[in-house]
Amino acid sequence: MAHLAIPKTYKLFIGGKFPRSESGRTYTATDREGKFMANAALASRKDARDAVVAARKGLAAWAGATPYNRGQVIYRAAEMLQGRAREFTDLISTGRGVTARVAAAEVETAIDRLVHYAGWTDKLAAAFGSSNPVSGPYFSYSAPEPTGVVTVFAPTGSALLGLVSVVAPVLAGGNTAVLVASEADPCVAITFAEVLATSDLPGGAVNVLTGRAAELGPHLAAHADVDALDLTGVVDHPGDHELRVELERAAAQTLKRVYVPGSVPDFAEPPGTGRLRAFLELKTVWHPTGAVSLAGGSAY
Amino acid sequence: MDWEYAPAPESADIAAVKDRYLPYIDGAFVEGGGDDVKTINPAEGEPLASYSTVTTEDVDRAVAAARRAHDRVWSRMSGAERGKYLFRIARGIAERSRELAVLESLDNGKPIKESRDFDVPTAAQHFFYHAGWADKLQHLGLGPAPRALGVAGQVIPWNFPLLMAAWKIAPALAAGNTVVIKPAETTPLSILVLAEILADAELPPGVVNIVTGAGDIGSALVNHPGIDKVAFTGSTAVGRRIAAELAGTGRKLTLELGGKGANIVLEDAAQDQAVEGIVNGIFFNQGQVCCAGSRLLVQESIAEEFLDRLKARVETLRVGHPLDKNTDVGAINSVTQLNKITELTEAGEAEGAEIWRSPCPLPDRGYYVAPTIFTEATQSMRITREEIFGPVLTTVTFRTPDEAIAKANNTPYGLSAGIWTEKGSRAMGMAAALRAGVIWDNTFNRFDPAAAFGGYKESGFGREGGLAGMAAYLSSDDEPTTEAK
Repeated sequence: MAHLAIPKTYKLFIGGKFPRSESGRTYTATDREGKFMANAALASRKDARDAVVAARKGLAAWAGATPYNRGQVIYRAAEMLQGRAREFTDLISTGRGVTARVAAAEVETAIDRLVHYAGWTDKLAAAFGSSNPVSGPYFSYSAPEPTGVVTVFAPTGSALLGLVSVVAPVLAGGNTAVLVASEADPCVAITFAEVLATSDLPGGAVNVLTGRAAELGPHLAAHADVDALDLTGVVDHPGDHELRVELERAAAQTLKRVYVPGSVPDFAEPPGTGRLRAFLELKTVWHPTGAVSLAGGSAY
Repeated sequence: MDWEYAPAPESADIAAVKDRYLPYIDGAFVEGGGDDVKTINPAEGEPLASYSTVTTEDVDRAVAAARRAHDRVWSRMSGAERGKYLFRIARGIAERSRELAVLESLDNGKPIKESRDFDVPTAAQHFFYHAGWADKLQHLGLGPAPRALGVAGQVIPWNFPLLMAAWKIAPALAAGNTVVIKPAETTPLSILVLAEILADAELPPGVVNIVTGAGDIGSALVNHPGIDKVAFTGSTAVGRRIAAELAGTGRKLTLELGGKGANIVLEDAAQDQAVEGIVNGIFFNQGQVCCAGSRLLVQESIAEEFLDRLKARVETLRVGHPLDKNTDVGAINSVTQLNKITELTEAGEAEGAEIWRSPCPLPDRGYYVAPTIFTEATQSMRITREEIFGPVLTTVTFRTPDEAIAKANNTPYGLSAGIWTEKGSRAMGMAAALRAGVIWDNTFNRFDPAAAFGGYKESGFGREGGLAGMAAYLSSDDEPTTEAK
C-alpha cells in the first residue's frame, strides 16, 4: 500500500518556537501554476509585536556572544542548510517552476553566502573600526556595535538566496531580526527557520513572520523598539513605492536606520559591505593615557 | 576664597565687524532676495551687524552652481589637487584665527578662551585632516573606487558656527562633493568670513555656496531635488522632520541631533578630577552642546560629599562678558534659547527637584544664566529626560554600576556618556554597556577630526570625523546612489 505523505504545517517562528498566528488566520501558498502548496500562517499585528519582544529579548544573548561564537553559529546554519539542500531544491523548483538544476544552484549559493558571513563576525572591528591618532594624551578607538533589532523585508524574487542574503549580514553584525518573509514564498522562509532553529542560534535572534508586508510593515516601522529597517523586499517591485514612503516616514519618528538598496540586487553576485555597515553603530571611546611620568617621552 | 580679577577684555575691533554681510553663491558675495536680518550680540543684547537673506530662488541658483562646479570642475579634479585647496583653507583659517575667534565670540556669546583655543583651531584642523584624505579614498575600506555623491545640502546649528561649518564642508569636499550650506539664523558671520578665506584660496566658484536664512530656507535646501546628500546638525525634532520629508527619495542622510549625556561618577573616582570633568561636561559653551554631560549620575555613597565639592568648584566659575579672557561661562546665544532654559528650569522646580544656583554675579545686560545644579531629581522629570541645552545640570543617584548603566541608557538619546572611576576594567566594561556614540572615560568633551563622532538611537545616524565621517560623503559599489533610484 502506498504511503500517504504527511504534509507540513507551516507556522510562524517567534522566540525560537513555532507558534500559529494568534489571529488564527492562514493564507494559501501556491506554486508557479497556481496550485495549492500549503497553508501558511497569516501573521497579524500582534504577532509582529510578539516578534519584536522576542527579538529584543534575544539581543542580549546574540549581541553578547563572542564574535567567534556568532561565526560558529552562522557556519552551523550553513551546515544545516547543506543537510537539507534537497528539500530546499524541491521547494524552490515547485514554487518557482524552475528546473532542479537552477534551484540547486540557488541553494549552493545560499550555503556559500552563510559561510561568507560566518567569517565576517570577528573581522568587523578590524575592517570598520579604528585606532584614532588624536592630538592629546588619549587612547581613542572607534569600534562597531550592533544597531539592535532590525526588521527585514525579504526580497520577492529570490526565495532562499535573497532571504539568506538579507538575514545573514544582520546576524553577522550581532543584531537580531524580525523577518517579514516574501508573501509568495512562506514555505521556503519557514523551512529556513527550521535550519536556524537547529543551529544553536539563541531564541529570538531571528523571528520569521509570513503574511503581507503591507499589513505588517507600518506597525513594525512605527514600533519604538525596532531600531532599523531593511526595505529590500519593499523596493523590488515598482508598485510598492507608496508603501516604501509610508514605512520610511513612520521610521523617521524614532529615527530608525533605514537601508534601501538602489536597485533590485543581483543576489548571485558577491555581496559588498553595504548591508553589514547599514546595521552597525560606531562607538568612539576616549581613555586617558595616564600621568606623563608613566607615559614617558624618552623612549624615542 | 574670593578671587579678584581685573577685567582682561579682548578688543572687539579685532573682529573687524562689517555693517552688513552677504550670502556667498557661485564664488561671489551676492545680494539675497530676502529681507535683511540683524544678528544680535548676546553679550549685550544689541544688534551686531545685519545680513542679507536668501529666497528659495537663490537656493535654486546655489544648487545649480554647486551642480555645475561638481560636474565641470570638482569631480574632474584629481584628489591631490582637491586636497591642496583644503590645505590652503586650513592655513587661511589659522592666519585669520584671532579675527575669527573674536567674531565668533561676538556673534555667538561663547567665551573668547573657548573660541580662541578650541573652536577656531579645531576648525582649521578639520580642514587639514580631511585635506589628506582627498587623494586616499581607496584606503577608506569602501572598495577600490568610492564615488562622491554629488551636491551636499548641509544645515548647521548656532552653538559652534565655524567649527560645524568645518565639520560639514571639509569631508564633503575631500570626498569630491560640492556644497550648499546654511548657517543658523543667529550666527551667520564666521562662516561668511570663512567664505572670504575660500575665495582667497581660489576655491573654484560654486564648490561651496553659503545661503543665509531661517528654517524655511533650510527646509527648501534639504528638500531640493537637485541635491544628493543631506547633512544636518540640530534638534531631534527637526531631524525627525527631515527624515520624514526625505522618505522615498533615496537621498543619503546623516543626522547629528540632540542628547542627554550621562556623566557617571563611581565611588572610587578621583573626585577632584571628576569635578573638573563634570564642570567641563555641562558648562563648556554654556552647556549649549549636543553631547553635554547634562545628567550627573553619582553613586549614593559619595553623593553628598561630591556635590559639596562640585558646588564649591562651580561657585568659582566666572560668568561674564565673552570677550573677557577670564570668563568661564559666557552668554546664552539668543533670547529664544534663554527662554527655553528658563522654562525647563522652572519645570524642574515645579516638579519638585532641589535646585542650586551659583551665587556668582551676572552682567546686568545681555543673556546670561548662572550655573545651575538640580541636586536631586528623578528619572521621570522633564529636566532628566529633555535636552535643556544650557548650563543646567541634573543629578540622579545610583547604588550599583548596573543601576548606573540602566539609568544612563534610559533615554531615547544616545550621543555621549562619561565614566569616572579609577578602576580601568570597570571603565572599559561600562563603556561597552553604554548605548552612546562617544564615551569619555575619565575625561569629557574631547573632539578630534581623527575620531568619529555621532549618535546612537534618536541622537541621529552617520558619523563625522575619521574614516566613518568620510564614508558619509561617499558611495561604494554596493551602496545606493541617488542616480540609481
